[in-house]
Amino acid sequence: MSGLLGKKIGMTRIFDDKGNAVPVTVVQAGPCFVTQVKTVENDGYNAVQLGYDPKKEKNTTKPILGHLKKANVPALRVLKEFKMAADVEVKLGDVVKADIFQAGEMVKVSGWSKGRGFTGVIKRHNFGGGRKTHGQSDRYRAPGSIGQSSYPSKVFKGTRMAGRTGNRYMTVKGLRIVKVDAENNLIFVKGAIPGARNSYVEIYKQR
Amino acid sequence: MDILNAVTANQLVTEVPQFKAGDTVAVHVKVIEGEKERIQLFTGVCIQRRGGGINATFTVRKISNGVGVERIFPLHSPRIEKIEVQKVGRVRRAKLYYLRQLEGKAARIKEKRTR
Repeated sequence: MSGLLGKKIGMTRIFDDKGNAVPVTVVQAGPCFVTQVKTVENDGYNAVQLGYDPKKEKNTTKPILGHLKKANVPALRVLKEFKMAADVEVKLGDVVKADIFQAGEMVKVSGWSKGRGFTGVIKRHNFGGGRKTHGQSDRYRAPGSIGQSSYPSKVFKGTRMAGRTGNRYMTVKGLRIVKVDAENNLIFVKGAIPGARNSYVEIYKQR
Repeated sequence: MDILNAVTANQLVTEVPQFKAGDTVAVHVKVIEGEKERIQLFTGVCIQRRGGGINATFTVRKISNGVGVERIFPLHSPRIEKIEVQKVGRVRRAKLYYLRQLEGKAARIKEKRTR
């Protein structure tokens, strides 16, 4: 299995065996259910669809319910496809747990980042802003020049400006797993991951 | 939140003495130098306590060779061997940042009278 679905629980710190405080994000990773197995013969590529987080059946549409019935799993909130090598044996309805990961392993984590609304360039693009002193009155968080003069007489497309920030699907790579609690399906990832608490994330193994 | 408390519960140090800002504490810090491990004392006034659970920290301020030195310790750090409360101070604030502006006699803290 190349990864699984989880829910961000929040951040805390744990002390390693040397006594260093390590900042970690706790992720409730699984149990995920295998809801569909895609093969080269049927679909042209190998993949597995995982589902996570049971919900009430009455809140599920009938097409989705029928799809899940095939795998004989409960109604699930999120479904997501993961790449898979052809030689891995998986069956419909299999349960994937956090123990597919080991401590020390590198992972990448994807999710929807927190929406910041309409923000200026300092927050959005890490601009430095203007001077606070030397007679400046309103340039403290201003973007500065956005282009040249009569030639080219326009602002180039893609110029970094203020606007809606966050609330986009993003991936953080190169995160190390500090600890895996297989019993409670918890994964401790060093550092921050995208999203608010209780938001869904995908954890992938990283080569 | 409950999960976060639960997963860090086994790392909490059970025997933390009661102390607050204004108290003079001696922190026994484990110092690892290569192979050897020894205990170093850091004695001073606790000027703040903050955070809860595993994230709780406290700041100790002392004057070392005429220079003010502050160290922030995680309350539950395994590097802390022991915290000794030497004096209980009488202060009217939870954060004693005002001590940073004071020196000498003015930076003294009255001891709390216990009966």
